[in-house]
Amino acid sequence: MATLVTENRLASPDDFYEALIDTHRDLNAEQSSMVNAKLVLLLANHIGDMEVLKEALALARKGV
Amino acid sequence: MHATYAYPKFPYIPSEEQRTGTVKRHPVVVVGAGPVGLTAAIDLAQKGVPVVVLDEDDTVSIGSRAVCYAKRALEVWDRLGTAQRMIDKGVVWKIGKVFHGDHQVYQFDLLPEPDHKIPAFINLQQYYLEEYLLDAARQAERVDLRWKSRVLSVKPQDDHVVLQVETPDGVYALEADWVIACDGAKSSIRKMLGLDFVGQVFQDRFLIADVVMKADFPAERWFWFDPPFHRKQSTLLHMQADNVWRIDFQLGWDADPEEEKKPERVIPRLKAMLGEDTEFELEWVSVYTFQCRRLENFRAGRVFFAGDSAHQVSPFGARGANSGVPDADNLVWKLKLVMDGVAPDSLLDSYSDERVAAAKENLLNSTRSTDFITPKSAISRTFRDAALDLANEHPFARSLVNSGRLSTPTTYTDSPLNTRDTDVFAGKMVPGAPATDAPVEAAGQPGWLMDRLGGGFVALYYAGSDPVPAEVAERLDALARGPIPFAWHAVTDRRREALANELLDVNGRFRERYDATPGSLHLIRPDQHVAGRWRNFDADRLAAALNRAVGR
Repeated sequence: MATLVTENRLASPDDFYEALIDTHRDLNAEQSSMVNAKLVLLLANHIGDMEVLKEALALARKGV
Repeated sequence: MHATYAYPKFPYIPSEEQRTGTVKRHPVVVVGAGPVGLTAAIDLAQKGVPVVVLDEDDTVSIGSRAVCYAKRALEVWDRLGTAQRMIDKGVVWKIGKVFHGDHQVYQFDLLPEPDHKIPAFINLQQYYLEEYLLDAARQAERVDLRWKSRVLSVKPQDDHVVLQVETPDGVYALEADWVIACDGAKSSIRKMLGLDFVGQVFQDRFLIADVVMKADFPAERWFWFDPPFHRKQSTLLHMQADNVWRIDFQLGWDADPEEEKKPERVIPRLKAMLGEDTEFELEWVSVYTFQCRRLENFRAGRVFFAGDSAHQVSPFGARGANSGVPDADNLVWKLKLVMDGVAPDSLLDSYSDERVAAAKENLLNSTRSTDFITPKSAISRTFRDAALDLANEHPFARSLVNSGRLSTPTTYTDSPLNTRDTDVFAGKMVPGAPATDAPVEAAGQPGWLMDRLGGGFVALYYAGSDPVPAEVAERLDALARGPIPFAWHAVTDRRREALANELLDVNGRFRERYDATPGSLHLIRPDQHVAGRWRNFDADRLAAALNRAVGR
């Protein structure tokens, strides 16, 4: 049964982090919210597996 | 009111009971002469049951209400002999297009395979639909239509129900063994019995306009998100009969319905959509809101709820009338068997079980569509707009765009009336599924499988190129002589006329769609749903399945 991987898989974590923040450069809050929403949908489709996605959704909601 | 339609007025005729002051016991009383009530009444009448239909008005559906009738509803009406008229008058369609801004996002096809008698959808004004159903009800002869008859009270007794009915001549009482409440979303029967009807209200309003015009739009369902002519809101367009187009404009929750209905507000919207030069006439305007909710149980003793009285959905996906009609289809054959003493009373509980399952499916789908069309929060709207944005370029996002998932019939997957598969079959004809059509020939005449199903139980024995073994024919004939209405057909792959009940599978569609191999047998219920299927004939197994399907 597929599960969400939470061990590090980013070859270069700082590179990714910077790219993420940079994606939002010069955007206001509303625009950033749209970018994040599109990113969620794109990545969710790439993952595809509903069990993995449900796990990720639950972890994201946890503690909020 | 309408340039293209004049409402009939049905005469109020005082009933003999009221005139003479006698209280009469009727087998079945249907409350509400709308699409669902009339369907139930016609079906009962055709099965030999006299029906009283009470309606508080004296005309057909007023205004612009239901428009899109799905294949399954049309198949029910075809079984009752009234669909062709609807199909001829209505607009047949199967393609839907979804637009975002000024470009198309995607399109869908609701019947992508050939060889079906009944189309995917027709559009027809509800007043025409009801006129045709009323004609069929009158032809059925056992339907006693009582206009200007409002039910004031419902008092269930041990073995019947007492109704107080108000007419222009005052109040009278009548009794019924069984009551079918088809009195709509605001059902007074439901309220009188104190039944909870809970769900959610959606904070939105839609403006409906029926517009007469000669237009170049094809007979397709067109839905726009954020079109140039109605920024930030949605619009829906359908072609109906008589060059009347139905347009729904989303207004939002803050809109003032009284203001928005005014022609000086509506006409500029229409001009923006249709172009300044398009000639049109505004026939009807109204504003609606909607909710998604249902009864816990569609049966309350001797009272059954069918249609909007039992469940209410948002209109996106055409799941209102299109789930009410199958309610009637599911109930009537069961009620007849119980009335005849062939099936136990518990069979009637399966009406609620099966149709609650269907209502859940319809509520889920219509709620999801409504969440997409009317997002309930800022972030929901953001995700909705994100999906629309991505759908421009990316196929995966198009499958997220939800402008309505159009009504399909429910498969009664968990129904205890089914006999579970013990053999392996491919395809969709699983126990509980609605039977699918195929072109067949009977005694040299071309026809359709669906015309041979319904009314009673039907077994389809696939003979293929082989003869039907004598003992199989004998056992099936014996079942036909039993108490449960039953008939059978042999389905063959070549013309033979060895048996009178043979159906020729003219182009192999039956074999393909039912995954039939020689000897396989499908048992179909009176409502044209599959009760069970097997690779080989076994008379005892079939008899057991037939009993299970009537709750014995």
